[in-house]
Amino acid sequence: MYEIIEKAELAHTVYQYKIKAPLIAKKRKAGQFVVLRLNEMGERIPLTIVGSDEKEGTITIIVQEVGKSTAMLGDMTVGDSILDVVGPLGKPTHIENFGIAVCVGGGIGTAPVLPIAKAMKEAGNKVISIMGARNKGLLILENEMREASHELHVTTDDGSYGHHGFVTQVLQKFIDEGMKIGCVVGIGPVPMMRAVANVTRPYGIQTVVSLNPIMVDGTGMCGACRVTIAGKNQFVCVDGPEFNGHEVNYEELMLRNRSYIKEEKAAMEEFTYHEGSKCYERECK
Amino acid sequence: MDANEIKERMKMPRQTMPEQDPHERVRNFYEVPYGFTPEQAIAEAKRCIQCKKPLCVGGCPVNIDIPWFIRLIAEGKFIEAAHKLKETNGLPAVCGRVCPQEDQCEKVCVVGKKADAVSIGRLERFAADYEREHGEVTIPNIPKWTGKKAAVVGAGPAGLTVAGDLVKKGHKVTVFEALHTPGGVLMYGIPEFRLPKKIVQSEVEYLKRMGVEIVLNAVVGKLETIDELLADGYGAVFVGSGAGLPNFMNIPGENLSGVYSANEYLTRVNLMKAYQFPEYDTPVIRGRKVVVIGGGNTAMDSARTALRLCPEEVSIVYRRSREELPARVEEIHHGEEEGLKFKLLTNPKRFIGDHEGRLKGVECVSMELGEPDESGRRRPVEVKGSDFTIEADVAIIAIGNGANPLIPQTTPDIKVNKWGNITVNPDNGRTSKKGVFSGGDIVRGGATVILAMGDGRRAADSMDEYMRTGIW
Ligand SMILES: Cc1cc2nc3c(=O)[nH]c(=O)nc-3n(C[C@H](O)[C@H](O)[C@H](O)COP(=O)(O)OP(=O)(O)OC[C@H]3O[C@@H](n4cnc5c(N)ncnc54)[C@H](O)[C@@H]3O)c2cc1C
Ligand SMILES: Cc1cc2nc3c(=O)[nH]c(=O)nc-3n(C[C@H](O)[C@H](O)[C@H](O)COP(=O)(O)OP(=O)(O)OC[C@H]3O[C@@H](n4cnc5c(N)ncnc54)[C@H](O)[C@@H]3O)c2cc1C
Ligand code: SF4
Ligand code: FES
Repeated sequence: MYEIIEKAELAHTVYQYKIKAPLIAKKRKAGQFVVLRLNEMGERIPLTIVGSDEKEGTITIIVQEVGKSTAMLGDMTVGDSILDVVGPLGKPTHIENFGIAVCVGGGIGTAPVLPIAKAMKEAGNKVISIMGARNKGLLILENEMREASHELHVTTDDGSYGHHGFVTQVLQKFIDEGMKIGCVVGIGPVPMMRAVANVTRPYGIQTVVSLNPIMVDGTGMCGACRVTIAGKNQFVCVDGPEFNGHEVNYEELMLRNRSYIKEEKAAMEEFTYHEGSKCYERECK
Repeated sequence: MDANEIKERMKMPRQTMPEQDPHERVRNFYEVPYGFTPEQAIAEAKRCIQCKKPLCVGGCPVNIDIPWFIRLIAEGKFIEAAHKLKETNGLPAVCGRVCPQEDQCEKVCVVGKKADAVSIGRLERFAADYEREHGEVTIPNIPKWTGKKAAVVGAGPAGLTVAGDLVKKGHKVTVFEALHTPGGVLMYGIPEFRLPKKIVQSEVEYLKRMGVEIVLNAVVGKLETIDELLADGYGAVFVGSGAGLPNFMNIPGENLSGVYSANEYLTRVNLMKAYQFPEYDTPVIRGRKVVVIGGGNTAMDSARTALRLCPEEVSIVYRRSREELPARVEEIHHGEEEGLKFKLLTNPKRFIGDHEGRLKGVECVSMELGEPDESGRRRPVEVKGSDFTIEADVAIIAIGNGANPLIPQTTPDIKVNKWGNITVNPDNGRTSKKGVFSGGDIVRGGATVILAMGDGRRAADSMDEYMRTGIW
């Protein structure tokens, strides 16, 4: 059992948790994630480790409610315990001094960007961050990102705060202005990561994205998380989660992430309306 | 036993084990065979002619004293029979169900030369079940602590065997398991209807009662490396991390929604209980037309699992003919009774999707058998121009697993062969790294439960010796 030590609401339906997991706290590096299972009936869901405190023996995760499991986690609070937490999984981010590192976070994607920005700064990079959200209310970690970066640019799709528009427009502007970018790290919804890669591709700027396929075990045993990278199958949980953004088949990833749309909707509806357990068994003839 | 009695015994018919009716059982996940009644077990045990030089023992990878435990059953001493079994086999209730006896002990049984072989596996299962169900599982005396502790990576049959053997020798043992449940393939691969999970868990409970410590959610290599375990005071480490890397076919359309590896499909349904969705949160696509690619036991398990999720049709697509099917005859037979179709001499070339990226068909080509290949089986070759499409919304790829790469990646001084399997001295399981032992599927590639257990036993003996003497 892994106890929740702290909980904070960062935005509407976005929560930050500190969870007691001393060994993971000691081992984890930027870019790695955990898989957790809330209870005996739960599914295994991957979440990025946003930070850790070795002394306290805790890890920090940030979760957005998008379906049943994340909503159930959202209902949990200080003193509750999560049944299983396994990690740190995946390969750590490749950190080196690129000169200028641009860190781009879209929506909840800002959470996984934060530890990478910190590590890039520590490695001597000039870190310029761009973070975006649909509107002001959905922005998370602005202060933390400001602290982790030399420069921070904020965008909102509706113009309610910061630059009115998309993160990619700011990135394009940097390039047009002749900024010598050593590396771009872009994490967020798949269409955003694809857009970031499309911006940097013509200039050959090294671009890293962190993929979020559906996972089961998270240890390389099942292949659920496979994505085509440069024409070859890769398992995101062990070969990633970070890949060269110019080589990812984003369309395939988006379609695969929709594999269980029907089931997810049914599970969420049942959870929201508390109808009790309803048998989903299809009638056998 | 005189010649007359032997003759009499040879005439007794093999007992048939009662089973759930096929029409009933395809709607549930309960175990298919019910097991022998005590009367049947005694009758079957009496068919054994108690050979002086029992061939069956040589056919058993761990050399169980088969005539002895069978004689105990014949005398009605069921608990004693179970104890006899446990002297050499830590998991008799599991092995009695999943061992390929027809290729091992029963294959060489003398009675089998004239009539049907003695049902050794079913008797093994009977004795182990009887002991468990009658609450008479006793814990052996554990010797005083030797002052040594050992670490085991992976709670599959290999690792669990090592753990049990080492605690019985007085060592402390910690098993590190990556998943949230111990058991390895016994939990996530082999389906409930073939091996009820509560049996695996009661075997694990037994080990815990003997003092084995099991740490779940612990991925060795990520959380702690083998070197760190050795530095932490573990005198020896056993690696039993299995062959958990699913192979894909590398043909177009393989990443469409609805195309699964057998590992993923079975893990979703067995370990995560997707058949009880939405009470359990993990979903699985319940196909209308399911195609399973491959002809081994994993393919058969996947297909029979799919049959229980109410499809219209489940077929096995296999590129050779029926004679070459590597699955156990009993499983093929069970599958057919449950309505499984076979599309033999057929090979998939491409998966076809709809506009949403969901599988809708598998393009296949017919095969014919040509000259024998290295394995001695006739090589299948494509029949030119015979392409055709099978309708399917779920496809399960069951063409074998590769070695789990995590341990070798994080401990480079453990030598592996070109397939990534750890190389060991087969007599004692010692790897190229001092203090580290290995066995089971990570060494052999996909093998069997009993071979993994045999490896575990040999490694445990050698670990004991190494920890006591320090001699490598
Ligand atoms: C490496 C990695 C890191 C991630 N980090 C974060 C994070 O820091 N914060 C955060 O809020 N989210 C993160 N995610 C996404 C998060 O795992 C999913 O939002 C969550 O699993 C959804 O579960 P659900 O039951 O609430 O929603 P569902 O209703 O089940 O699904 C909603 C959507 O989430 C995705 N999803 C569903 N099940 C899984 C699964 N088992 N594994 C992965 N994705 C799934 C699907 O695309 C689906 O359409 C990460 C994903 C990956 C792969
Ligand atoms: C579907 C299927 C059906 C089968 N049916 C039969 C059958 O009927 N009869 C038969 O005899 N055999 C059968 N087999 C084969 C048999 O299950 C295996 O040979 C046997 O389980 C191998 O045992 P093992 O202990 O080596 O590995 P596994 O059972 O694979 O266990 C390895 C364990 O190690 C864990 N692990 C891996 N890496 C790490 C790590 N880094 N840190 C911590 N833990 C780790 C894994 O999570 C797993 O629990 C079947 C296999 C499959 C897939
Ligand atoms: S070979 Fe057959 S008959 Fe002989 S001891 Fe073994 S089981 Fe009994
Ligand atoms: S999640 Fe199973 S292999 Fe990656």
